[in-house]
Amino acid sequence: MRLLLTAALIAICSPAIAALNILACEPEWGALAKEIGGDKVTVYTATTALQDPHRIEARPSLIARARSADLMVCTGAELEIGWVPLLQTQSGNPKIQAGQPGYFEAAGVVALLEKPTRLDRSMGDIHAAGNPHIHLDPRNIARVSAALSERMANLDRADTGYYEDREKSFLQRWSDATARWEKQGAPLKGMPLVVYHKNLTYLINWLGMREVGALEPKPGLPPSTAHLGELLEQLKRGPAKAVVRAAYNEPRAAEWLAERAKIPAVMVPFTVGGTDNAKDLFTLYDDTLTRLLAVAK
Amino acid sequence: MFRSMWCAMALAVAMLPAYGQDVREELRQLQQRIQQLEKRLQDTDAKARKAEEDAARAENTAAQASARPASENAFNPAISLILQGTAARSSLDPNTYRITGFAPPTGEIGPARRGLSLGESELVVTSNIDPYFRGQIVASLTPEDTVEVEEAFFQTLALGKGFTIKGGRFLSSIGYQNQIHQHAWDFQDAPLAYKAFLGGRLNDDGVQLRWIAPTDLFLELGTELGRGRTFPGTDPNKNGTGLWTAFAHVGGDIGASTAWRTGLSYARTSPQDRAVPDMDALGTQSFTGRSNLWIADFILKWAPGGNPTVTNFKLQGEYFRRKESGDLDFNNVNSGDYSSRQSGWYLQGIYQFMPQWRVGYRYDQLSHGTVSNGLGLTAADSPLLLTDYNPKRNTLMVDWSPTEFSRIRLQLASDKSRFGMTDNQVLLQYIYSLGAHGAHAF
Repeated sequence: MRLLLTAALIAICSPAIAALNILACEPEWGALAKEIGGDKVTVYTATTALQDPHRIEARPSLIARARSADLMVCTGAELEIGWVPLLQTQSGNPKIQAGQPGYFEAAGVVALLEKPTRLDRSMGDIHAAGNPHIHLDPRNIARVSAALSERMANLDRADTGYYEDREKSFLQRWSDATARWEKQGAPLKGMPLVVYHKNLTYLINWLGMREVGALEPKPGLPPSTAHLGELLEQLKRGPAKAVVRAAYNEPRAAEWLAERAKIPAVMVPFTVGGTDNAKDLFTLYDDTLTRLLAVAK
Repeated sequence: MFRSMWCAMALAVAMLPAYGQDVREELRQLQQRIQQLEKRLQDTDAKARKAEEDAARAENTAAQASARPASENAFNPAISLILQGTAARSSLDPNTYRITGFAPPTGEIGPARRGLSLGESELVVTSNIDPYFRGQIVASLTPEDTVEVEEAFFQTLALGKGFTIKGGRFLSSIGYQNQIHQHAWDFQDAPLAYKAFLGGRLNDDGVQLRWIAPTDLFLELGTELGRGRTFPGTDPNKNGTGLWTAFAHVGGDIGASTAWRTGLSYARTSPQDRAVPDMDALGTQSFTGRSNLWIADFILKWAPGGNPTVTNFKLQGEYFRRKESGDLDFNNVNSGDYSSRQSGWYLQGIYQFMPQWRVGYRYDQLSHGTVSNGLGLTAADSPLLLTDYNPKRNTLMVDWSPTEFSRIRLQLASDKSRFGMTDNQVLLQYIYSLGAHGAHAF
């Protein structure tokens, strides 16, 4: 009876058969894996754009997905340190353990910014390897896609050519789009911004904008009234063009400051799914630029 | 003079067609050269693009190569340290704490000591051993200046097919709260049911086999064989095992906002001469027989959109049912049949109403159930074991966690564990976590 029930459950709940079963830690890597993998892969994304990737729990549903994953695509650089290690140890899946080909860390193939020179928790939630929010610089996406397609081809030898072709086509479209975005984003050069968390560093660096402050007093700490007051004083001396936050950051502090500093508060999708328009990696950048350009004048 | 002019003109006219032919020829050649140049430019472009891609790839490999520092020290295990302490006030003496109608061991089950007191400091050292095993030790430095090994186990990483084997001393996976370390609890102390039926928690020496089903719905089945080292067992001096447990958990998500897990667990031990710590009894008592414990547990976590940063809610409850049967020994002379069916449960809700701040409420209740003995003993002979009383407790807490590494908690409780008496407790607790970022289980 129990056997029957188990068999029935397995039959009902088993994931669809595909060459590669991918568990993406964040939506941007899920989208990239789909671009490269096409219909040879099934992709399950562990988090949504409205969730803070630092604060995810190793939920039962994620352990279940990790159990049958052939490949986990994560950011690394300690971004997921609170939950991915648990998925690895709890899932009973040797393929996705750290150091195995089935565990891919995007931050491992790009040069990280803001490597702390001093490591101390008094500086807030800093990451020893550097700032892990790498996906808002399109050149990083290109680098990760090259490494990821190689990894996927290694894991699924039968479809190597398929992944290579798709990656080549993606990279072609991506470099065209990157050139277009760089042209579009030219007016953003030098634009001073206040951010919520240091999660837009790579975007700011790529487009040559300037980060003049962050709503969080220290990375990972919620904005405090005292700190917002200081920030307001600072903005009186050297104004910023906008207060920018990611879709998952709560809006109140950004709106509070924007209202008093008389500058617009801008929400950017941050990752795929963060706004209705940001449906894939291309539209993510399109929408981000549109929103920033709207306040650049 | 005119002649020479005419000659020149005639010559020029004569030459013109030829000259025109030359120009055309030159144009054609130029066109060809332009075409060749264009082609070369295209080729160079393609080459440059390829070189760029190659460079990107090379950079990738270089970045990959330089991502990890090459140092022997890098293989040190992750170390974290938990510091805890309390300032407590209670209307009844914690040293005389008993749960009437139940007879768990004294010691760890009591409320916090009165006044200022250091809590247990935990040292957690964990690391992958090799591609096949992972190891962890949790040593607890008690305020009484002793060291307790709370956990010290290895765990397999490479069995595959969803199987994991754990061996050593570990927190059993039965129930929900049992495998959560004390510093991660939502209240300073354990639910009454955990105190009464497990002496606070079950961390036996043994092995565990766990299997995760290959389904999208989380399904976990597991079993443990142990020594029966702690309550309800009695650390038997015998070959073989003294504790057997089995557990099943299912879980999943409801939309993006809610995650849940529920399960059923069973633990069986055979205590030998388990003493009843009853100072008011008319004689010493001990139990020998079989103890069967069932636990039904559930946990539900909610956060708007699955983002717990600002607000979130957690509802947790467990129901315990125990059946014990065997012999009760009285004063080492008389011995007779003894059997009991007892139960208990708790339900708690924790609400984070703004970043860093949470409030929580817990209700505990135990049911004395039916206890019978063949010796004709009454509650007067053995008040701790035989008084028909259902202990209850209400607990309220509010805590402030500036970061995930620090927490300060105020807890109020009205504890009716002791027959006819209410213990009003107030405590202030701090919990700090130093070092490696520990990942907390769901």
